Amino acid sequence: MRKTELIKLFVNGEEHSLAVPVQRTLLEALRYDLGLIGSKQGCDKGDCGACTVLARPRQGSGRGEPILSCITLAADAQDLAVTTIEGLAGPQGLDVVQRAFVDCGALQCGFCQPGMMLSARALLDNCPKPSLPQIKEALSGNLCRCTGYSQIYQAVQVAAGMRKPSARAPVQAERAAPSDSVAHPVKEIVP
Amino acid sequence: MMTLPAVEVLRPGSVAEAVELLRDKPGARVLAGGTDIVPNLKYGMYETQHLVALRGLSKELRYVREEDDFVKLGALCSIDQLSREASMLPALADACAQIAGPQLRRMGTLGGNLCLDTRCVYINQTYFWRSALGFCLKKDGTLCHVVKGGKRCVAAASNDTAPVLLALGASVRLVSPRGERILPLRDFYLQDGVHNTVLQSDELLVEVRVPVRARSLKQAFGKLRMRAAIDFPALNLAVALEVAQGAVKSVALCVSAIAARPALIRGLEDLAGRPADARVAEELARRAQKQCKPLTNIGVDPEWRREVLPVLVRRTVSRALQD
Repeated sequence: MRKTELIKLFVNGEEHSLAVPVQRTLLEALRYDLGLIGSKQGCDKGDCGACTVLARPRQGSGRGEPILSCITLAADAQDLAVTTIEGLAGPQGLDVVQRAFVDCGALQCGFCQPGMMLSARALLDNCPKPSLPQIKEALSGNLCRCTGYSQIYQAVQVAAGMRKPSARAPVQAERAAPSDSVAHPVKEIVP
Repeated sequence: MMTLPAVEVLRPGSVAEAVELLRDKPGARVLAGGTDIVPNLKYGMYETQHLVALRGLSKELRYVREEDDFVKLGALCSIDQLSREASMLPALADACAQIAGPQLRRMGTLGGNLCLDTRCVYINQTYFWRSALGFCLKKDGTLCHVVKGGKRCVAAASNDTAPVLLALGASVRLVSPRGERILPLRDFYLQDGVHNTVLQSDELLVEVRVPVRARSLKQAFGKLRMRAAIDFPALNLAVALEVAQGAVKSVALCVSAIAARPALIRGLEDLAGRPADARVAEELARRAQKQCKPLTNIGVDPEWRREVLPVLVRRTVSRALQD
């Protein structure tokens, strides 16, 4: 049986070649092979949504739809273009969703936030002015144990330009480090 | 953190290739959306060396079309896709829209949902948790913790599409290297929690067929769960009624998340001819409660589930009759 395989992942606009055990999940590949630890390992069995990433076919456009990386095999993600929370901020700084979450205080411990913000981003990509039930539906696959959700829903409305934030937090908008600066090179391939 | 056990992942490009792989690799399991099998593998519920991943078949098995008096649904249709595209069967679209959460609906498939492994509070746990209890009938053990002295596993069928498709009279197309067979869905499930379908180890469920006449049935799906998303059902049921000139011509009611086999409520033939009103809903509720015995296999109080069952039936039937 082959223990390791060589795969190519397209993450945040960059292609990475990795040698991974065949049973590697996408989440493990992101966190432990690429060093992209923004995607969180919560329940690790597809319930909590902390590992949510956005994925689309490589030939497609946009960021795609939220999927759970903890129950996706890394090898199955080779034909996908994946966006993690590290890839959400653009050259101009934080994404409006990130900015809105900070302004609204929509986080406490922060563990659910990467998944929460990516689900919110995917919603706003498809539906720029969502209703409250639409927001609740889109975020229903992401569990938060701290906030009670109301500020999260407000933050999505703020990001959509449907309401003003109650305060503007003094956050220096900065671009996330390019992911290749922390990627581990392929060391050896065990046949 | 739970890692997957070491397995070999095989990636066939066609149904024929897939079933040959299933035949040639004994114990191999099918990986479609992965939303059920991956967590179960992480829990050490299966001792499989090989996974047959169906990703390469999605072009072949992802369709919703009508032909030969059937609505044909490819097994690799995602649940999310059916919640939008199966609107000709409103109860099915509604059931699909209520499965798990948005991410899981996008990944999970119709075939996967129909072949979902049974669930129980004593099996869907980590290997360590189960070992501390001496395991159970479903895997590695000899005792049932739900039914004291029980010899048959009572883990519950927890798929939401099954009761709907059973009520609508659907059948499934199964392919193996020996050929294919079409089976009414009511003959597909078995009353055995360890393996609750008649699916052979080298067989693949490739298509669901719903008779076109099901589109004109008055139908609804009802689900009881603790949270409005993500949770598996504590009870689910589907009803399909044929109504003509205000009178019931035929009725099918299926209740699931009780035992290993979704239960089609028996003896409803005498309801034909009754006016389609609240009294029929009441009668269906009474009979469903009589025939269904919720157990402690789901982490929701069985007494409460037993009390809520007729209420859920009544509400679901009224909703079906309103539309």
